[in-house]
Amino acid sequence: MALDIAKYRRRRLRSTITVGLCWAASALGLTILAVILATLVYKGIAGLGPKVFTEMTPPPGSDGGLLNAIAGSLVMTIAGVFVGTPIGILAGTYLAEYGRYSKVSSVIRFINDILLSAPSIVTGLFVYELLVRPMGHFSAFAGAAALAVLVIPTVVRTTENMLLLVPNQLREASSALGLPQSLVIRKVAYKAARAGMITGVLLAVARVSGETAPLLFTALNNQFWSTNLNAPMASLPVVIFQYALSPYEDWQRLAWTGALLITAAVLTLSIAARWLSSSRTQQ
Amino acid sequence: MAFLADANSQATAAAAARRKVLEGLRITDQLFRGLTMSSAYFVLILLGAIFASLVIGGYLAFATFGFSFLTTEVWNPVTEQFGALAPIYGTIVTSFIAMLVAVPISIGIAVFLTELCPMALRRPIGIAIELLAGVPSIIYGIWGLFFFAPVIQRYVQPELIEAFKNVPVLNQLFAGPPYGIGILTSALILAMMVLPFITAVCRDVFETVPPVLKEAAYGMGWTTREVVRNVVIPYTRVGIIGGVMLGLGRALGETMAVTFVIGNAHRISGSILAPGTTISATIANEFTEAVGDVYTSSLIALGLILFFITFIVLALARLMLMRIEKKAGA
Repeated sequence: MALDIAKYRRRRLRSTITVGLCWAASALGLTILAVILATLVYKGIAGLGPKVFTEMTPPPGSDGGLLNAIAGSLVMTIAGVFVGTPIGILAGTYLAEYGRYSKVSSVIRFINDILLSAPSIVTGLFVYELLVRPMGHFSAFAGAAALAVLVIPTVVRTTENMLLLVPNQLREASSALGLPQSLVIRKVAYKAARAGMITGVLLAVARVSGETAPLLFTALNNQFWSTNLNAPMASLPVVIFQYALSPYEDWQRLAWTGALLITAAVLTLSIAARWLSSSRTQQ
Repeated sequence: MAFLADANSQATAAAAARRKVLEGLRITDQLFRGLTMSSAYFVLILLGAIFASLVIGGYLAFATFGFSFLTTEVWNPVTEQFGALAPIYGTIVTSFIAMLVAVPISIGIAVFLTELCPMALRRPIGIAIELLAGVPSIIYGIWGLFFFAPVIQRYVQPELIEAFKNVPVLNQLFAGPPYGIGILTSALILAMMVLPFITAVCRDVFETVPPVLKEAAYGMGWTTREVVRNVVIPYTRVGIIGGVMLGLGRALGETMAVTFVIGNAHRISGSILAPGTTISATIANEFTEAVGDVYTSSLIALGLILFFITFIVLALARLMLMRIEKKAGA
């Protein structure tokens, strides 16, 4: 049988080209990440100083920091996670433990996955209709509620996945000892899945702390220090949005610094979450 | 006798205590079950409530303009004339171009991560690509406006205009002054944002291909390209489409990044270099400044349209991914 050298060469060449393109695609992906991070550091580091953490957002033309925005972001993120996490964990528990094979559960799972990727600006509109319009004013409550709506599907998803990883023998053994099902779940399944569930919550925190769209017309913004949850409150993403699109150079500089801060925080959180889950699974 | 009676009463006391404990356990058991069940139903209620609130909020717009809300381009807050055509057009066009760019790159990265990459580098590169998904969308916005748009304006758009100057059809597509911001820039930013999502799904489904199939193909003397094309991709086609739809769902609803770089012009332009608007960008830009019930209601109606479109796209994505999960499980 004659070997068709020319055809073989052509096949090799085409394969090499494809492999080369795959390498190039990965290089492109990594380059994008590197360029974004480099731009952030380059533009943001100049404005980074103690003032950022000690002074309020300034009017144009004067000095200031981002203290009220940072505080507002923290307050609303914590409140949102505080409200959303228990609901998410309980719902995830139902899907994994009580209703694992029921029809309703598969519908809920399906809907939850859609909510997970649904546009976050729609959440803002929803909370506007639900809270802001009846209350008659924007408030940190509404902002936190909008973030909670985003936290729930993330936590449901990870809680369910992590509980599904718990071996059934553990449940059977504890049931055989006479433990009622709620105790099996709380004392055995939760304990076995704890690291994964914490990862889920961390990922949810990372996700919502960078969200802007749902806060735009729920918490609005606030130039001043405010701890009143029933009043508009500043948040880092919204301040970045407002300042970056302003014509004032000092505002734009602050926006870059804020952008650097928020990216650092979010990426640290997601790396921590990943590290936590991988160090557990390797055991 | 007295001794026996004493033991008896002790036994009944112990039994009573045990019954009490068991009763308590039974109640907490049912309570916990009820709590988890109502939380799970809450997810359903949430979706229903979102839909309901958007329908109620947008009702006035649909009542005022009727079906023509979907088919008119006019968006005039002064005369209170609103039509959703320009934002819908912008949303679809930006997402479509973003997909054209992102899908081949994502599949390339996924192939790289599953077939080509040295084992030691797989995790770090995989995590780096996933971090791209973690970068908040406002960061893409500010970066797009101050870094990416000027680059596009200076180096890419003049080249495109020049290159297609004499080609019919394409010279309409790449017409006009190089603004920097506009449909094309938004689409490219969107492509970067959805890239990690599509990559993650493709990588996961590529890993479901049984190694035996690939080994058999390599054993026959196939090249890497032929294995990917004729074994991996056909085996995972449904999953890839699911991943693409998932990315599309993200792209359609993406707000902040687009708001920065789209230019917010309520018109439909033949050129993809021109500024435009999308549904989410319109809402983000105008909602807090909307005066009057019809204006606000029109924006909420836009939100309803967006939610409806993304719901369908995401639902299709889930259905396809469920099919491949079943295949992998079987």
